[in-house]
Amino acid sequence: MDHLYRDLAPIAASAWDQIEDEARTRLTTYLAARKLVDFEGPHGWAHSATDLGRTAPVDPPDAGLTARRRRVLPLVELRADFGVSRDEIEDASRGAADMDLSELDDAVKRIAVAENAAIFHGYAAGGIAGITEASSHSPLPLPSDFTTLPTTVARAVNALLGAGIDGPYGLAIGPEGYTTIVESTENGGHLLLDHLRHILGGPLVWAPGVVGAVVLSMRGGDFVLDVGQDLSIGYRQHDAVAVQLYVEESFSFRVVDPDAAIALTAAAAARSRRR
Amino acid sequence: MASEILHEPREVLGEATIDRHRAITSIMEELEAIDWYDQRVAATTDASLAAVLAHNRDEEKEHAAMTLEWLRRHDATFDGHLRTYLFTELPVTEVEAEAMAGGDARDGSGDGSLGIGSLKGIAG
Repeated sequence: MDHLYRDLAPIAASAWDQIEDEARTRLTTYLAARKLVDFEGPHGWAHSATDLGRTAPVDPPDAGLTARRRRVLPLVELRADFGVSRDEIEDASRGAADMDLSELDDAVKRIAVAENAAIFHGYAAGGIAGITEASSHSPLPLPSDFTTLPTTVARAVNALLGAGIDGPYGLAIGPEGYTTIVESTENGGHLLLDHLRHILGGPLVWAPGVVGAVVLSMRGGDFVLDVGQDLSIGYRQHDAVAVQLYVEESFSFRVVDPDAAIALTAAAAARSRRR
Repeated sequence: MASEILHEPREVLGEATIDRHRAITSIMEELEAIDWYDQRVAATTDASLAAVLAHNRDEEKEHAAMTLEWLRRHDATFDGHLRTYLFTELPVTEVEAEAMAGGDARDGSGDGSLGIGSLKGIAG
């Protein structure tokens, strides 16, 4: 038995399948950062820190010595609790294929949005510096009229090229901005979405947890999500009414090249006119 | 060149998919080479040539294993299946059932991971 204690959960195989399928489907939709940055791992639950290959000088124990201490980036554990009704679990064992998993849905959204936010904007308490915090470029303002967004994105790509950062490039943007893009056309009826993808050479990603937008290189090696335990479902306790579970992961994130991304700030963003 | 046998336009695949394609293609090539060497070892009547060919064949096995390990580390589903089937003692066709054993109280697959891993290359 491992630390997830799934063996102790009074959950039939058919219900486990529904719980896991629901979690996997929702997480794949919400986890925007993983669609754009490098993924290393999973290294397992026992993996505690990411090697940085760097040291810091410390006072030596003796005057005739020098001493340095290795620097590492500790992994952060995120956990989101949820419950599943035992009536629902029993109905699943009878063949019901539509379990009420609303608490699971909320939990996986919370943890996925938190992962996105930590990667794009940082998580100070967890020692994570996000992409927008680490970027060496001055942010560009998002336009109030999204039909001019291609010009802004082209400027962002030009800034990355000017810094010697190759593409393809990706764009992460929050749900409201994404919706505006998808619904918008430019003069001549061209889809804004297609135009942006052409400029980027990579994907435009719906990214809950992102404030404004981020243009970043996807050439690889610039942004690394280091995962210990990948997203997993574990068991906490149960009573006669419900089984209490959780979804959990451990990870660190580091920006290797601060030149490889540029933030588009949301301050001036507004809904564009739609046709 | 591996990219000449991509089955979808390169620009929609993403780097992660293309890297996995490179690894899979390499594994296919290594396994094919093992098969060819194996046949030549069996066919030749020159013992010294058979020894050289067998040495070369076994080198290819190392290459295949290394690349398969890379693929396992970059494909969570593959990782799960390999963890289920490799280094087991039961008849292969019974391994999955054994892994599922525990019936209504089974603990899901392997280490409980949902097997999401990298989503790079998956359109937003």
